[in-house]
Formats: sequence, structure tokens, C-alpha cells
Amino acid sequence: MQVFTCPFCGPRDETEFHFAAEAGKKRPIPAEAVTDDEWADYLYMNSAPRGAAREVWLHVTCGEFFLMMRNTVTREVAEITPLRGRTG
Amino acid sequence: MTGWRHDSLGRQIDRSAPLPFTFDGKPLSGFSGDTPASALLASGIRVLGRSFKYHRPRGLWGMGGEEPNAIFDVTENGHTTPNVRATTLLLREGMELRSVNTAPDAARDRMGVLDLFNRFLPGGFYYKTFMAFGWMRWEPMIRRMAGLGRLDPGHCPPADIPPVNGRCDLLVIGAGPAGLAAARAAARNGREVWLIDEAAEPGGSLRWRGGDIDGGNWREFARDTIEAVTAAGGRLLTSTTLWGAFDHGLFAAWERRDGRPDRHWRIRACETVLAAGAIERPLWFANNDLPGIMSAEAALHYLSLHGAIAGRRILLATGNDGSYPIADALAQAGCAVILADARTDPPTAPEGVEHLPAARLTGANGRNSVSGALIGDRAIEADTILVSGGYTPSVHLHCQAGGKLDWNTASDSLVPRPGSSVLRVAGAANGGFGLARALAEGHAAGGGAGPAPRVAVGDWQLTPMRPDPTLRGRQWIDPQNDVTLKDVRLAAQEGYRSVEHLKRYTTLGMATDQGRSANFAGLAAMAALTGRTIPETGTTTYRPPFSPLPLSVIGGPRRGALFNPPKRLPLEAAHKEEGATFREYGGWLRPAAYGHGDETELVQQEALAARKTVGLYDASPLGKIEVIGPGAAELLDYCNYLRISTLRPGRARYGFVLSETGIVHDDGVVLRLAEDRFIVSASSSHAASVRMIMEEARQDIFDPAKSFIHDVTAGFVTLTVTGPKSRDLLRAAELPEILCDDGSLPHMSVIETRWNGHGLRVARVSFTGDRSYELTVPARHASALRDTLETARQKVSGHWIGMEAVMILRAEKGFILVGKDTDGLTMPHDLGWGGPRVKRKDEYLGRRSLFTPEARRKDRRQLVGLETTDGKTLPTGAHLVPVDGKRRSLGFVTSSCFSPVLGRPIALALVEGGRERIGTELGLFHLGETGRVRICGSCAFDPEWERLHA
Repeated sequence: MQVFTCPFCGPRDETEFHFAAEAGKKRPIPAEAVTDDEWADYLYMNSAPRGAAREVWLHVTCGEFFLMMRNTVTREVAEITPLRGRTG
Repeated sequence: MTGWRHDSLGRQIDRSAPLPFTFDGKPLSGFSGDTPASALLASGIRVLGRSFKYHRPRGLWGMGGEEPNAIFDVTENGHTTPNVRATTLLLREGMELRSVNTAPDAARDRMGVLDLFNRFLPGGFYYKTFMAFGWMRWEPMIRRMAGLGRLDPGHCPPADIPPVNGRCDLLVIGAGPAGLAAARAAARNGREVWLIDEAAEPGGSLRWRGGDIDGGNWREFARDTIEAVTAAGGRLLTSTTLWGAFDHGLFAAWERRDGRPDRHWRIRACETVLAAGAIERPLWFANNDLPGIMSAEAALHYLSLHGAIAGRRILLATGNDGSYPIADALAQAGCAVILADARTDPPTAPEGVEHLPAARLTGANGRNSVSGALIGDRAIEADTILVSGGYTPSVHLHCQAGGKLDWNTASDSLVPRPGSSVLRVAGAANGGFGLARALAEGHAAGGGAGPAPRVAVGDWQLTPMRPDPTLRGRQWIDPQNDVTLKDVRLAAQEGYRSVEHLKRYTTLGMATDQGRSANFAGLAAMAALTGRTIPETGTTTYRPPFSPLPLSVIGGPRRGALFNPPKRLPLEAAHKEEGATFREYGGWLRPAAYGHGDETELVQQEALAARKTVGLYDASPLGKIEVIGPGAAELLDYCNYLRISTLRPGRARYGFVLSETGIVHDDGVVLRLAEDRFIVSASSSHAASVRMIMEEARQDIFDPAKSFIHDVTAGFVTLTVTGPKSRDLLRAAELPEILCDDGSLPHMSVIETRWNGHGLRVARVSFTGDRSYELTVPARHASALRDTLETARQKVSGHWIGMEAVMILRAEKGFILVGKDTDGLTMPHDLGWGGPRVKRKDEYLGRRSLFTPEARRKDRRQLVGLETTDGKTLPTGAHLVPVDGKRRSLGFVTSSCFSPVLGRPIALALVEGGRERIGTELGLFHLGETGRVRICGSCAFDPEWERLHA
């Protein structure tokens, strides 16, 4: 059972969290200018790295989305940063 | 009948308390403090079971979780627990033990004849033979023949094992010498230590090997340690199996408690010391599976703790110093002991023991029990053979925690690589055999200052022992699963050289001892056969549990009603008084129908009454998500398929929340209460996910300081009044007159007012097609609102209606339930809501997905209504097929019921190009039966929508 540290609530069991998305994917807009392939890439293509990963996770109980840098092999959590305060 | 009970030895048993029990129906007696294993050993019973494949007789081998043979179905108080290891259970009065995999019993097993065919049943036999005519054909027969214990279908163990969370500074796993030394050192430094051991008392191997530590008896050392641990705020958990190491330093432990429910611990520790000890390896020689061949360490264990001795003429075959005190103890207890040591320069033998240096055991004689042994060509007279092939460190938890292993020549074993897991490993688990090493390593692991506890004995020396392929006769590697050295050779020849393949092909190490008795030999044999070293060959993966445990421990109280508890309505008691039958809808327990009698009829009456006069139902589970702030309208525009910012305060709008893939995730009404305040009425089962969809957009795309999302569903109670007389009911209830004025509260509008001293929100929103009012109050005022409406209901001859009737009313109007009338492909334009897709030019969630080639297809499945041609109600899920030509599914029935107001069945369906088919007929195919339907519009009742305002 992994422990993640919600920027809002502190350390909690992994069962309280949900993976949201791989970080760094930018939603392509406007729709008219986005090709089918670009959109499919955005929706479905993930890099799912073995090792260092940068992901957005959700603390389901409080609703906080945050950035997490973690290692998918060793399960080490390197860094957690809140999304809040980001602009745009 | 060779085992016997010594008349004074055995410090764990109470000779004044004899305990009668039975084994395979035979009455026997043990003492309080015995395990079934020790009692059977002392009773002289040798054959305790049969092996899995050849049904060879099997006797007691070990003393704990490594026991592969002594496995019983245990019946107590009329209830049977299958497959219990006789070594880890305390004997209780009246226990009935039944050997497993035997018929009629262990001693006379009929299937023993299978052993004669062993030549025809090599490793991989199943895979080679039973492919003919298909495995499924053979499986039932094989399952009957194989298998171990039998389940007692009448026995459902209580769900009474609580999960308990624990936290400590230092967790020490194993209370043997290393664990005690670690715990003492740490506790003396003021650390909070939890010390855990499988046995009922601390001490580990000291319990049977004994010894003096720091000049005093080991018991003083143990007592001193426990006192130090307790004084520093720590605790000792005995009879507790630490069964799993999980991510981020979580450990799970099963605590067995006599007379009270067990406990399941989830422990997180700042640091962990693993001092789990080591398990003795067997030796490999012809017929090394005969009953009467036992682990030497286990023999000493039974001698010291239970006074149970395996035989009278004992051959002890070994290659290490650890066996010498065992030979000594057995000789002192009165056995004739021959000590055969494989080494050419062994230490001095204890007094009274016949010593054979450079002697390798090559075979055992006997049919159902040992009757002699062979050393080279020399026959040795013996009724019991004790063996020690060295020790295998218990590294399971280190490996479960991700740790790696290194080969260590001195201890002839794979030992934990320091720093490769979060555990620090000490003592025999680290390959540090012998009391002095164990204490020194434990002391260091606990951060002890100064010298480690001192002992007078030196380190153990050993010589590696391996299976010898040149020997004649069958050498068992895995005694429970009947894997011999020959099977390993066959696997290697056939290319199954990886240990993981070897395991699966031969079933080596897949027995209930999880390979404790077998894996090392299999690994060593495969390494020798393939010319690789042991580390090159590798080990199979270690996974939890460390030893088998009942699933009821892991399940805990989460069973039955507590498995997935439904949400409950604040007014549940009041509905029950009205005679409501409750059922789960979308995670909520809600009234299905009211009154007694045939439910179908009740539902029809309720649905009809709601159309004729007025129906009243509890809509509290309807999601109520507040979205507030200056950015709320912008956020909702993005999250909804319909624009919300154009809504005027006091008005309501129906719409959809899409996923980014364009699929309809939820539908519902958005109420605008003020310029900067909205209520999103998500459907009850989607409220949580809709909130998260909006939260993600709020935090990721918009300025989170400009809006706030708050799910207040549980804080309010909503009662819905629907039907032509709904306004009469409101008047009869003497609710504020403004609510009854269609000018101030027209359809699709909302008013917040005060009533009875608190807030009341009324929305003119309809899920039935009739004039409807949704009345919402804070949950604590629910009873007052309900009582007021109930009094008024009687005045206007209204009815309480359950969810079944509501389902009919909404289906008559073609109102969908997302997830029932839609599936994972349905987009809003499939439901007839193509407008925003064409007209909206701004970005919203899922927009781009509505213009993919898939989304543009003409033959998408669209929502339509169905009329039957024969007056029968259609089965939900039935497929719609072309009237003629090749049969293929064009779609399916999503909702179907008999409409009492129309007097005919109605149905909704998703059909390929459905809207263009309106007016035509299609075939129906359901479970082999065929029929016909006519496609129509989805709204079957009041298609002119006149009743909303009636």
C-alpha cells in the first residue's frame, strides 16, 4: 500500500487516490484546427514509462488534483506539487 | 509405531491435562500444549497423509509453516476447516483430524496403487496427455482424484476479524535470538519497538536449542528484552504471522487469539528489522520421502517442547555443526543415535553417539515407514532418519519488499543484498547461522551501542549438500507434489530451464509449503544440470502471503451488508411506515413500491395514480452539486454540452455532461439560482464522478480562485410532487402561494423561498412529463416537509410512488437513464440532441470527439421507441435484427415496461440509424426466440407536451 502526500491533506493511503492523466499533455484547441490523429493521440496515447514518470493524480476524498513525480518500478515518490496557482 | 513420549522432557506440555482427539477416526490422546503434529508423533502414528500425485505415504517432516505433509481437515464443534497444517495449530480437546487426499484413510489409501505407474507419469504428464479430446473432458476426473482437503459447505466463519492499523518506530519480525537482540538494543535507546513472532512465546530456536546468554539462561535475556521493549512504549505480538510486505513499508500481520476473534494488523514502521530465521533443508537420497524421515531441527523441537521423540534407533545424516547438539539431546533422551556426517574432518561427536565421518546417506529402506538406511553400500539399522541438508534463510519478506539476493558461499545460501529493500536483515535470515552470529547481527541491526550479548558457543561450519544424480532410486525434491530429481532433469531436457518454467511445468514448489522444503534443491539441481551457478539460475518470485492464511482474515468485516453498504435516505423510516419495499438504485437504498401484494400490480397502480391525480416520491439521491463564484458560468459552459452562461437566474436547463471522448457521461438539470450560483442536478449514481469532471476542469483549465464546487447531495432532502393535481397538493399543503403561480414559477424555473423558518427550494423540473415540483429542504427539516406533504396528499387523493413507477413514467416520455438507455458509445446527437454540436462554436468538454469519422457515421445507434405488434412486453436486452436477410444485431432494447396509462407495452431501444427507421418494422431476437416490432418516436405519451402546463 503506497502512501501519497496530498498537498492539501497530507500523507494518505493510495486507496484514497486516483490516477488522472500523464502530465504535460496539452489539450489541443480549437477543435476545428485539430486533426483526427492529433485528437486520438491526446485521448489515447500514453507513454506509460517504466521508471521515472510525471503524472497528475487526484485525491478523491478532497478533490485536489496535483502533480506527482514517481518511479513506476521502485514506487518511490520523488516530488509532489500542487496544481493550484498554475495559470492558464 | 516408533514415535514415543519421553517421561520427563517437554517443557511446553502439561501432563496433568490430557486431551483426547481422533485421527482418521482413531481415538488418540495428547496433552495440553501439544500440536496435532507433536501428539501424533508421540502416539507413534507415522503415515499422516498421501502425496498429491502418486499417493505415496507421507509422514511428519517439519515443525512450522514449512511442513509439506501433515495437512488435515480439522473438525471442531461440527465445523470443518480444510487444509490446516498440523504443525502450527494447538491441539484442543475433541479435535477430529482427517488426513487429506486419502480414501479411506492415510494408512490404507486406495489410490496408493498410482505409485506403481510412476514411470508413466513424468513431469509435464498432464500437459502431454490430457490435451487429447480437450482438457475440459479430463478436468473433472482429475479434480476428483487430486485436490487436498474438502470444504464444509455448511461452515461460514464469522466476519469478526477487525483490521487494526499500527504504527511504530522499529518493527522487528521474529523474536528469535537475532530479533530479541535487535529489539533490546533499540528499546534501550528509547525507541518504540514492536516485536512480532509466529510462536506463542518469544525465543525462536532458543526455545528448543536452549543456551546461555550474557552468562545467564536465555529466558532471563528474553524477559529482560520484553521488559525493555514494554518500558519504551513498544509491544510484543506473539502468535502473530507477519504474512506480507507491501509497497511503502506496509506490513500485514495475522494475530491469532484464543477465545477471542483474531486480529488483522496493518503496520507501518519507520524502520524494520527482519529476523525471520532459517528453515532446514532436507537431504536427497533414494526413497527420501518415506515416513520416519524428518528434519533434525524439528526432531529437537518436538523433543524439547513436547517430549515427543521420532524413534528409538535414529540415524542423523548431516553436513553441518548445527546437528551435533541434536544428536547429543537425542542420545541423552535414551535413543541409539548414529551421526553420519558428510564431512571428512567433522567436529568431535557428543558422548554416547556413534559417529560416522565422511558418510553420505544414499538410500532409505521401507515401504510405509523407514526400516533401515544405506550409507554407500553399508546397511544401517534404523527406525528413524533425521536429516539436515543445511539451512535456507527465510528471505521471503525481504524479497516481497523488492529486495535482491546474493550468493553466500560460507552459509551455502542466497542471502539478502544489503540496502536492496527497506528491511535490515539479521541472524539466520541473513545467513548468519549460530547463536553468536545471530545475537551480534541483531544487536547491530537494532542500533546497539557497545558489545553484543555474549555466548560461549562458536560459529557453525557446514559443507554444501546437493542432490546426487548418480544415485540409484527416486529422490524426492518436492514431497507434497511428487517432483523427483528425474522430473527436474526431464524439464531441463525439454527446455524448461528457467526456474519459473520449471516450477510451472513440474509443479515444483507449488505445494502448500510454498516451496520451503523443495525450492532450494530444485534450484540447485537445475543449476547443476544446466551448468550454471545458483545465482545465474535465479529464484522464483516471492509473493505474499508468507504462509497461507484464511481469507476471512483478509476479508475482515467486509462481508454481506458491510461489503458495499448502500447510502440510506433520511426519511427511510417514514417510507417504511407507508409500507415501502426498499431496493438498491445506483448505490442508494430507495423505495421500489409501496404497499403489500403483487409488486407488478402495485407499480402499475402507482404509475396510473401519478398520471390521474398526483404522485409523491423521494428524490433525495438526485445529485446536488453547488458551483459558485464569478467563474462558475464559464466553468459550466466548458463542462456541459449545452451552454449554461446564457441561462437567466431563476431558470433551469436540461443538458449533458460528456466525457472527453464525446460519450454521454451524465444528464441532468442545471439550476441558476443567482448570477454566480448554480446547482448541477447530476443523476444519483453519477454525482461523485460529475463533481470530479468539473473539479479537474476547474483546477486544470480555469482559475481555481474564481469558482468553487461543493457536493451537497447528502445535506438536503428532495421530495418530488408530480401529476395533474400537483399544484393542488402544494395549495393543500399551504406552501407559499408564489410557488403555485405559473407566472412566477413556470416550467424549467426555480425559486428559493422560506418556509417553516428555514430555506425551501422549489424547482419546476419534470422527470415524468407531468407538471412537477421538486421541493428541497436541509436534511434536518425533512420530516416537517414530509409530514406536511403527507397530510396534503391525503386531501388530494395522491399516492406515494416508488422508483419502479417512476421508471415507467419516465419511459413513457422517452426520458433516458444514462447507462441504461445509453452505453459506452452513445453521443448526444444519438439521443436527438444534435443542436449544440452544430451550433456551439466555443470549446467544451468532449467537443472534438463529436466530429471524428466515427461520430459522423450515418449508421450510429440512435434512441428510438418501439411498439409491439402482439401486445407482449418486450424483454430488455433483446436484439433488433433485419426483418429478412442475414441476421445481425442492429441494436437492442434498453428499457421496456407496460404503460398503464396507454394500456399497452412500451419500450426504448438503441438502433442503427434508428430515426430514419421510424415507421418501419424490425425483427426481434431474444434467447433463440424471434418476433417483430415497429420503430416509433421515443416519446410514447403526450408527445405534444401539453401536460407540463396542465
